[in-house]
Formats: sequence, C-alpha cells, structure tokens
Amino acid sequence: MTILGNLTIQILQMLLVLLPAPLLIGFIRKVKARLLRKKGPPLIQPYRDLIKLVGKEAVVADSASWLFRAVPYLVFAATWVAAALIPTFATGLLFSWSADLIAIIALLGSARFFLALAGMDVGTGFGGLGSSREMMFATLAEPAMIMIVFAVALIAGSTQLSYVAEFMLSPAVGLRVSLALGLIGLVIVAIAENARIPVDNPATHLELTMVHEAMVLEYSGRHLAMIELSAQLKLLLYVSLIACLFLPWGLAPVGAGIGLHVFGIAAYFAKLAVAGVALAVFETSIAKMRVFRVPDFIGVALMLGLLATLLRFMSGSL
Amino acid sequence: MSFAEIAPVAHHHPWPRRIVDAGYWRDIAGRLAAGEWGFLALWGDTGAVHLAFLEATTPATVSVATLPCPEGRFPSVAKALAVASRPERAIRDLFGLEPIGANDERHWLDHGRWPGGRPFAAPAPGDAEDAAGAAPGLPPYRFLDSTGPGLHQIPVGPVHAGIIEPGHFRFTCNGETIVRLEERLGYVHKGLDRLLAGSTIERAAKLAARISGDSTVAYSFAFALAVENALGVKAPPRAEWQRALMAELERLANHLGDIGAVCNDAAYAIMLAHCSSLREQVLRTAETAFGHRLMMDGIQPGGVAVELKKEGAAAVRGLIKVVRAQFPELVELYDNTASLADRTVATGRLDPALAAAFSAGGFVGRASGRSFDARRDLPYAPYDRLHFEVPVMTEGDVNARVWIRIKEVEQSLDLIEQILAGMPTGATTADLLGHIMSTCEGLAVVEGFRGDILASVRISADGTIERAYLRDPSWAQWPLLEAAIEGNIVADFPLCNKSFNCSYSGHDL
Repeated sequence: MTILGNLTIQILQMLLVLLPAPLLIGFIRKVKARLLRKKGPPLIQPYRDLIKLVGKEAVVADSASWLFRAVPYLVFAATWVAAALIPTFATGLLFSWSADLIAIIALLGSARFFLALAGMDVGTGFGGLGSSREMMFATLAEPAMIMIVFAVALIAGSTQLSYVAEFMLSPAVGLRVSLALGLIGLVIVAIAENARIPVDNPATHLELTMVHEAMVLEYSGRHLAMIELSAQLKLLLYVSLIACLFLPWGLAPVGAGIGLHVFGIAAYFAKLAVAGVALAVFETSIAKMRVFRVPDFIGVALMLGLLATLLRFMSGSL
Repeated sequence: MSFAEIAPVAHHHPWPRRIVDAGYWRDIAGRLAAGEWGFLALWGDTGAVHLAFLEATTPATVSVATLPCPEGRFPSVAKALAVASRPERAIRDLFGLEPIGANDERHWLDHGRWPGGRPFAAPAPGDAEDAAGAAPGLPPYRFLDSTGPGLHQIPVGPVHAGIIEPGHFRFTCNGETIVRLEERLGYVHKGLDRLLAGSTIERAAKLAARISGDSTVAYSFAFALAVENALGVKAPPRAEWQRALMAELERLANHLGDIGAVCNDAAYAIMLAHCSSLREQVLRTAETAFGHRLMMDGIQPGGVAVELKKEGAAAVRGLIKVVRAQFPELVELYDNTASLADRTVATGRLDPALAAAFSAGGFVGRASGRSFDARRDLPYAPYDRLHFEVPVMTEGDVNARVWIRIKEVEQSLDLIEQILAGMPTGATTADLLGHIMSTCEGLAVVEGFRGDILASVRISADGTIERAYLRDPSWAQWPLLEAAIEGNIVADFPLCNKSFNCSYSGHDL
C-alpha cells in the first residue's frame, strides 16, 4: 500500500515537473512584458510553440552524425529524471533514496556535456562558439554547485534531498551564515545555468551574443522541441531545488493524507510564481554582462560555496 | 596653375566642378590623403569619374573634380586614401572603369549575378555571355587572409536571425577576440543608378526617397536641393522651413529608436520599450502633420507635397512637450545603470585619427572628435537662420555614440520649436519645368540622421535625369566599423554594429 501510494506520488511528481515547466517560462515572459508596458504573449504560448515545433520537419545538416539526432532525447531524459528527483510537494517519493544532490549534478552535467558535443558536431561557427562559451561558464558553475551542495550536506548530514528538506524544516537548523551564502551562490548558479540575463539573453536574435541558443542553433522541429522543453524543465528544476533546500515549507511528509499533498502542490505553485516574478524583475533591471565578466559573476558563487563549506568546518553553528 | 585656377564647367551649381587631368587628380588625392581636404564622394559616370571634396576654407566649400577616362582607366584614389576603396570598386563594377594602382581589385557590388554584366559599360568583346543575358560569373570572392595559430573564422549572414537587412560579416577570431572583421555588402543592390538615369524628375524624386527608407526625408531633401540648384530655382521659404521640420522629426524618430536599440542589444529591454514608445509618438505625429509616418515623398523638387496645417503644428507642439517630459528620465536611466555602462563604455572605440581620415559624418564622426555637420558647415535654408549646437565627443566608444544621439535629440527638440515659431507663410511649391533650358548640374549636401548625404544630378535639356548619384554616409562608416571592432570580443559586435547603425540599402544602391 505504501509502495503504491509512493508510486502514485512519484508519477504525480514526474508529471508535476513536466507539465508546468512551459507555463513557468510563459509566466516569466508575461511578467517581463508587463514590466515593459507590453501585453506579452499568452501564458500558454510556450505549449503552442512546442506543439508547433513537434509538427514541423526536422532539418538536419548533412554533416551531422547520429550524436546530433540522439542528443535532444538524451538531454531531455537526463533533465527530466533530475527534475523528477527533487521533492516538490511531498518528501515521500518512491525514488527518494536515489534523490541525491550529487546524482542531480551528475545528470545535469552529462546533459550539458552531450549538448556541447552536439553543438560542435555539425561544425558551424556558431555551434562551436556556443559550446566553448557554455563550457567556459560550466567550469565555474559546476564546482560552485558542488561546493554549495557540500555546505548544505555537511549541515544536514546527508546529500539526500528528502532528508535535507526535513532537516531544514526542523528547529535543529537554526540561523546559519553558511546557508545564506549557499542560497546566494545557488541563485547565481541557477541564473547562469539557465542562460538568463545577465549571463545570456533568452530573447535575443543576435547570433553572436548567444550562449545556449548558439549551441542549439542548428536544431529544428521535434529536436528543437525536446531541447526547448529540457531548458524549461531545467529552469523549473533549479527553482524547485532552491525551494526544496531553502524554503521547504508546505512539503507533505511521508505518509501524509491527501489534504496535505494538495496543500503541498498549492504551496509549490506559489513558490514557482514568486520565483518567476523575482526573476522577471531582476532581468528587467539589469543589462547583460560582457562575456568575459561572466566568470567573475559565477566565480562569486564558487567563492560563496567555498566560504559556506569553510565556515561550517570552522564552527558547527555557523 | 593651381586647381582653383582651372575654369569651372558651366551650369554646375552651387559649387564649382572642374575638369582635371591625371596630374591634378593625383594631386587632389594626395591632399585628401594628407588630411588637408576632406573626402566627400567618389562616383562614376559614362567615361569619367567625379571626386567631391571639402576644401578647408572658412566657410568650407565643396569642389568637384572630374577626370575624363577615354581609355577606361583612372589613377586610383584609394591607393592613398582608404575611404575611396569601396567607391572605386563600385565604379569598376558599374562602369567598367579601372582604377590604376588600386590595392584591392576584388568586385564589390557585383556578386556575379547580374544579367548582362556591368550596367553602364559597353560589353567587352570577351563577354560572350552578356549578349545572352546570363550572369557572366565571377571567381569566388576571396576574403583577406589572416593566418596564425589558434585563429578561426565565423561567417555571419547575409541572412541574419533577426529581421534586418542582409550583409555578410566574416570574423577571424582568436577565441573570443576579433582579429579581423571583413564586410561583404551589396546584397540589396537595386540598380538605382540605372533606374535614375533617364527617368523624369518626378520619378527620380520618388526613387531617391526610397534609397534608404529610414532616411527618406533626408534623401528627398538632398535630391530636391540638388535639382533646384541645377535649375536655379529656389523653393518658397515656407517649403524650406517645412522641410527642416520633417528632417528634424526624422532625426528625432531615428535617434530615439537607436538609443533604445543599442540598450536592447545589451539585453536592457526597458530602454527599448520606453524609447520605442516615444518613437512611435513621433511617427504618429508625423502622420498627423504630414500624412505619412515616415514622411515619404513629403519633400519634392520645387517644394513640399503636403501643407502643414494648424492641427499638424499643434500636434508637433504637443509631441515636443511629451518628449521633453519623458526623455530626461530615460537619459538618467541610461546614465545611472551601471551594468549598461559596463557594456557601452570603452567598447568599439573608433580612433579620432581614423574618423578624420575617413571623413566620417554623423554620430560616428562626431563621437570621435570630427566636428562636421552639413547643417552648420555647408548651411542650407533654413538652417542658416536657426540656432543649434553640434555636439562633439572624443571618446569614440559605443557610449559616446549614444551620447551624441542623446544630445542631438535635445538639439532637434530646440530646432523644432524654433521652426514652428519662425515658420513663414506663403506658397509651398515653385515651378520647375519653366526653368529647364539646357543640360545643367546641381549638387547638394544635406545632414541626415546618419550623417551628410550628398546628391549630385545632371538634368538634360528635355527635363529628364541624365545621371544622378546619391552618396550615403554609410560609405565611410562601414569600413570604420571594421576598424572599431578590432580587438573587441565577438559578443560585443552587435552592440558596436548597432551604435554605428550603417545603412545597407543606402550603401548597396
């Protein structure tokens, strides 16, 4: 019975991250448009775009190898699994034993690795440009992420997300400087990893300034739909991760009733909305950085992560 | 005998045109290269080349030198003066005249796709395909070499991801750093020289208005002035003031659009949103006042097409109030956003020496210390009676080019108020046809929002255009973009490009 219940929750969780992912993007675009005194596209526009892309012919370059075709599905699968592992509304997930922060980083890292390979596969100038920039950022973003995870894991005593979330809800956590540092670091990593302003501009049409978009410039049709959906999932994943680690209020505990689960879902959507508005406001108020300044920006996240870990080592209460 | 002592040809107004031999031609090229005189334009004609330049007198005067080329050759100006290189290559493509000693012998406007070869030259005996009407085919275009360890090329365009004009950019980079940028233009060649030749003044005026859509008023203005100068007609005073009003509204709209667009290229969309809203109000006011958002065909040789009514003037006054109220806040937002300043300051710096050597006009030249504005230095009515300042900066970076625009917006607002206050009454068109007697030539230089537009026309005795040439300021600005971007990073190119905002259409003819 418990297994069945947990399985239902797990399936619900997988759908819960997949289905609203385009909505989150649509919501952010809408808020940004309103901030610019524009009407903006409807909230469901990202869904329409995905359906449109799936219906279109996928144009593949002559020089593309099997890798180029396989990567969109690989990336999507890895991102979806990673997103499904994060407790969004309930901690009692069937796979929660595998919901390990290190596993999530590894899944995202592999997705990035394959995407960068695919960017270079066709051999166009833009693909290589995008891949090289993406990797330049990743060399700092990944260690930053790992340092933040270490800090959190040292405090909570585990890298397992359900456990960390429960610990964060307990009074044992207290006020810790290292957690605050970790939160800021994680937000920076999230902005960089999701190609948002000031690191990348998701709305640009200027090929030469693109990072993520340049890497996937050769994709079209259903391949592009997969990549777009993966990118949307990834944004949702980072928001969920920040919510799960630092704002775990409303998460339904293991074995809770339907009511608590429904409340968990409502709380989750509220968190997504708050994050969406915050991101839109931040993006509207800042210009994009020079490419070579981005490492400084992500470097801050790395330093914060390092500092958080060190502080935890020096004093158990910080 | 010095150049000035050569007798000018008859019926060329208002500045003299002199027919020179190869010796004088080289001498002029030398003086231009030495920076003694300023380059204006170099264009071809059937069996001759013309070179317009600015003599450094006070007030400045324009001179035209013509070198007949009976053998189809002329000494290259570009050998000493880099800005003349692309015009020379265009002359070779269009007229088949060979510049002797030129450093760059590649084709420019001709991409090997014109049926019938060179538009203005008799087919050479070897051009067998020409008779059949097929494109003669050219050897593949060879981009300049840059070799070295770690260098790679990024080809961009001619079709871009955004909806903009086509042009090809070939970047040679070392990682992110641009080692060399080479432009390949000519994709929007419309055959304007050929279309203009033989058409009536009326039709030619319409063509001139469509050379570069964003500067349609400036082009119409320049063409109308050139025709009027040729025929010795003066537009009625009210028409002159109305023309200036249109020209300033156009400048206002384009500068506002550019300021927003530069910021948007740094992903600072809020500036674009507000500037676009202001620009839209300028365009709507233009529609109310002159019946067309861009005021296309509003200016015609002899006068203006539309009479400015009371409601129109009131609409413009209302617009000035709105812009004056909102624009300072935007300037403050631009100036106080550190993340934006980080992108624009010191990016794409254009050396003042280069701006001077290329006689760069407009905000490109004025942001790099070249103080030239046709409205002030080659004054035409009604600017000779208006008060305005020409902002000049020396930093030469993206930020300076934005600031020149900001200051020019302020000047334009002042000018529009002066024009509305001083607008005389009376007729708005003058008769042209009665003045057509014999072949006559006219020249005019008008300040568009990008810089000085030069128009030269030759009208034959039957009242048709024999030859008309309109030189866009972008001819000097495109090559400077190549220089300004060197040593910058690839990701900053769109920002620099937008701050130059050169015209493809005006350049490709």
